Amino acid sequence: MSFEYAPAPESRAVVSIKAKYGHFIGGKFVAGSKHFPTINPATEEVLSHIALAGKAEVDAAVKSARKAYVTTWSKMSGKERGKYLFRIARIMQERAREFAVLETLDNGKPIRESRDVDVPLAAAHFFYHGGWADKLEYAGLGTSPKAHGVAGQIIPWNFPLLMLAWKVAPALAAGNTVVLKPAETTSLTALLFAEVCQQAELPAGVVNIVTGDGSTGALIVNHPGIDKIAFTGSTEVGKIIARAVAPTHKSVTLELGGKAANIVFEDAAIDEAIEGIVNGIFFNQGHVCCAGSRLLLQENIAEEVLEKLKSRMAKIRVGDPMDKNTDLGAINSKEQLHKITELSTVGDSEGGERWSAPCELPSKGFWFAPTIFTGVTQSHRIAREEIFGPVLSVLTFRTPQEAIDKANNTPFGLSAGIWSEKGSKVLWASQQLRAGVIWANTFNKFDPTSPFGGYKESGWGREGGRHGLSAYLKGATHE
Amino acid sequence: MSNRIDVKKTYKLFINGAFPRTESGRTYEIKNAKGIFIANPCLASRKDLKDAVVAARAAQHGWNKATGYNKGQILYRIAEMLEGRRAQFVDEIMSVTGATKAKAEKEVTDSVDRLVWYAGWSDKISSLSGALNPVAGPYYNFTIPESMGVIAAIAPETPSLLGLIDAIAPIIVGGNTVVVLASTKAPLSAMSFAEVIATSDVPAGVINILTGKKDEIAPWMASHMDIDGLDISGLSPKAHGEIKSAGAENLKRIFSFKSADPGRILAYQENKTVWHPIGL
Amino acid sequence: MSFYGLVDGSDASLKKYLGNLSGVDQVGADARAAMLATRSIKTTSKRWAIDTAISMVDLTTLEGADTPGKVQALCTKAVRPDPTDSTVPSVGAVCVYNDMVGIARTHLDSIGGQHVGVAAVSTAFPSGRASMPVKIQDTQDAIDAGASEIDMVIDRGAFLSGRYIEVFNEIVAIREICGTKAHLKVIFETGELVTYDNVRKASFLAMAAGADFIKTSTGKVAPAATAPVVLVMLEAVRDFYSMTKVRIGVKPAGGIRNTKDAIKQLVLVNETAGPEWLTPSLFRIGASALLNDLLMQRMKMDDGYYASPQYVTID
Repeated sequence: MSFEYAPAPESRAVVSIKAKYGHFIGGKFVAGSKHFPTINPATEEVLSHIALAGKAEVDAAVKSARKAYVTTWSKMSGKERGKYLFRIARIMQERAREFAVLETLDNGKPIRESRDVDVPLAAAHFFYHGGWADKLEYAGLGTSPKAHGVAGQIIPWNFPLLMLAWKVAPALAAGNTVVLKPAETTSLTALLFAEVCQQAELPAGVVNIVTGDGSTGALIVNHPGIDKIAFTGSTEVGKIIARAVAPTHKSVTLELGGKAANIVFEDAAIDEAIEGIVNGIFFNQGHVCCAGSRLLLQENIAEEVLEKLKSRMAKIRVGDPMDKNTDLGAINSKEQLHKITELSTVGDSEGGERWSAPCELPSKGFWFAPTIFTGVTQSHRIAREEIFGPVLSVLTFRTPQEAIDKANNTPFGLSAGIWSEKGSKVLWASQQLRAGVIWANTFNKFDPTSPFGGYKESGWGREGGRHGLSAYLKGATHE
Repeated sequence: MSNRIDVKKTYKLFINGAFPRTESGRTYEIKNAKGIFIANPCLASRKDLKDAVVAARAAQHGWNKATGYNKGQILYRIAEMLEGRRAQFVDEIMSVTGATKAKAEKEVTDSVDRLVWYAGWSDKISSLSGALNPVAGPYYNFTIPESMGVIAAIAPETPSLLGLIDAIAPIIVGGNTVVVLASTKAPLSAMSFAEVIATSDVPAGVINILTGKKDEIAPWMASHMDIDGLDISGLSPKAHGEIKSAGAENLKRIFSFKSADPGRILAYQENKTVWHPIGL
Repeated sequence: MSFYGLVDGSDASLKKYLGNLSGVDQVGADARAAMLATRSIKTTSKRWAIDTAISMVDLTTLEGADTPGKVQALCTKAVRPDPTDSTVPSVGAVCVYNDMVGIARTHLDSIGGQHVGVAAVSTAFPSGRASMPVKIQDTQDAIDAGASEIDMVIDRGAFLSGRYIEVFNEIVAIREICGTKAHLKVIFETGELVTYDNVRKASFLAMAAGADFIKTSTGKVAPAATAPVVLVMLEAVRDFYSMTKVRIGVKPAGGIRNTKDAIKQLVLVNETAGPEWLTPSLFRIGASALLNDLLMQRMKMDDGYYASPQYVTID
């Protein structure tokens, strides 16, 4: 007997994708000049053509944002501003399925995740920040905190809509207007969000969306009409941005890379730890900056955990992202697949022992089977560099201090995981770990109320909660 | 007084709780407002900076682990020691800067009071800046500020003592260790302040003080990969861009300040958010 | 008895064995069960799941008002759940009180239902509050009357006060009575054990003591067979298999009333213990109302339109 799950595809009928898109500037869609194709990474089907914004478009967007800031948004009371955010949250909830389907088509992530994680959390971010708009004087920055003005925001392809929400919601709540650029491979949900702004009757120019590649991003970063830069992406680009804005008065927040340790102590709840390991590295195909990509196992349970992990990994359902039963979808792009493949080959050549879950990968599209490398040490490149894919490096440790030392032995410091049923040990470890987000007996949980962001080379500032809001306000004494 | 020959002080650096001369063997001349020679303080080199960072890094874990109460008492102890040596500091400020007695006394008074003010923050900053985040799920979630690590600071030229204290105190009260470059023109009170620190139960390496030239040392501070943050309040705004750009290599947190307030402490704190399930 | 070499029958060895178990994090277990509940089982796999679920039902009546007539009607339904469709499989067993065992067995045999087992609830069901001789006699009576399966309750009072050895010894004693004549299912009443740590502990205790099946609940206490409790028990039988190479069955009972719930249970089995457990000899669902909902869903799949309760029998 076997229980094969028949295909359970989510209907695509709920979305209509245009053949070509422009930019959203000053409350209107304006035609682009140059276009590039955007594809469904699960099938390589061309979904649409996205406009590549150059200087003229970025200038227009910044001008429109400035005008909206000066004439409308900065003059509006927080109470009224907040209502627009609430409206946006509600419309996103109403159109949740549409967003989820579009996200999955464009990004390759499983519909279960876009439906249950990305889209509901994105709406929650707007709802949460809607409530801040008229309470800024209680945000801990003195009695009259001020908006920066125009915020330039550049977001990545791993959580396109959710990262948009993380950026746009606090910016608007704090009274800024925005120019946002979605990632090159995943612009569609941002453009659908532009429609939501129209439906919400958000004043023209408060949100401007320009699409494009890194060159468009650079135009935003270097634009003199922008007061605040918020970027999520690689540490490499983060440093370029930091240098670019160094001589300016632009305020900057950066959410960058990570190489998080997920530490399993001998007294962990093993089955939940296994789930946490799987969720830590295979959630969103491992395209997660805070992924638990370095598994640190206490030596005396390593064998047991690995055995269980492998049998659990064999149950991960890899395939059609639109299938409601899919756990691991497509790699977002050919380039990313190449990077994952290349670093995995490095893992082989450095003597790591590779094991991949037995699964059949579709012939079209970009795929990578869930993979672990055992026998990895701190000196291996796959233990140091961000792979940003479904590849887990497994290391062992003997004592709690050794676990912490290994976990902290990285220039990154975004997140870390701890698995132990001993309360005092959990608190001790969470104190010792040098990372901005510590998940103890859980992993990859996000919430609009919960600040997220990294230590060291994982970035500057936080997003979410009161701390995240403050990045969009002036009021602190330091410049 | 009249016929006695003064026993003059040799001004050295303060690194890891000791008073070494600069490894470079260099000094520079300090004259008073009337142009009369006062002292030859050390002209610190990048290698002195390197040594100071090693000391600061080694001291950071232990200092961070000290309780807020303990850190507060140590800062308060510095204030006590400074109070006891008021006269010396007043004299030094007057002789180097040519300030009036009243003005010099005010700076010393403000310095003592400022230390007491910062001391009190040691066990309050996390209650003010931390948060219990009401996430939508069965999780206990809190955010707490934590020390950032080793912070370098460039103290302003003037006021040389109060500015130095504003550079040091907010950094260390949050559990960081510091390497500070003192006022170039008026480094004497900084080195006398090191003597205060040395007798104030401050663990070795927590505060390290260099004297020398900003142009020479600041770029090395900015590019040093084992420095986590930098206070450039003492640098001319014209130099900020270049220093911030150099600091981007390890995404150093670089700020400058105009006043003393809790934001100055928080600038060198990292916020850590911890999640834990709530269940049986 | 050897107890798989895991314990030697002493209190100390049992405590050590149970003390080595890892804990269960409630929130994590709940989240895993909730995630598996999102599995979408459609078309051919749904059809397969419905028939499999029917064959796993322990069709149950455990009322003070049970009469021979009621039990006989239940037995008829157990053998041919849908009198109009002979392709519907028989259920796994009927589950009755001890005094109804003989009536059930005789009736099943008389209508061609030899392949349908009779399960008797035993050991002072549902509370388990009686002396050991009474519990032994209770079980013996059921076996003498023809029960092929014994659903015993554990002494939750002893368990909760830490007298694990007493619980263990009771199971061992009942196991001995069952011998080769009857399969032993051990009911934990997980709603009274409350924590998943206790469920995991009770599972390992019962398995070492000789249970053939571990069962969630009596159906008299809520909550009963919640998805995470079943998840924890399925993890326990999976881990026990890796220790002993013996597969122990699992029986959720109580609260599984419709097809959706039943299919969720099968998904839990498939993705936790594994497909080897997807057989009535290793997975049963204790239920009464569930069967009719399975039948109605089956009709819907065959006919293409929604069924009415008027077309399924109420026995």
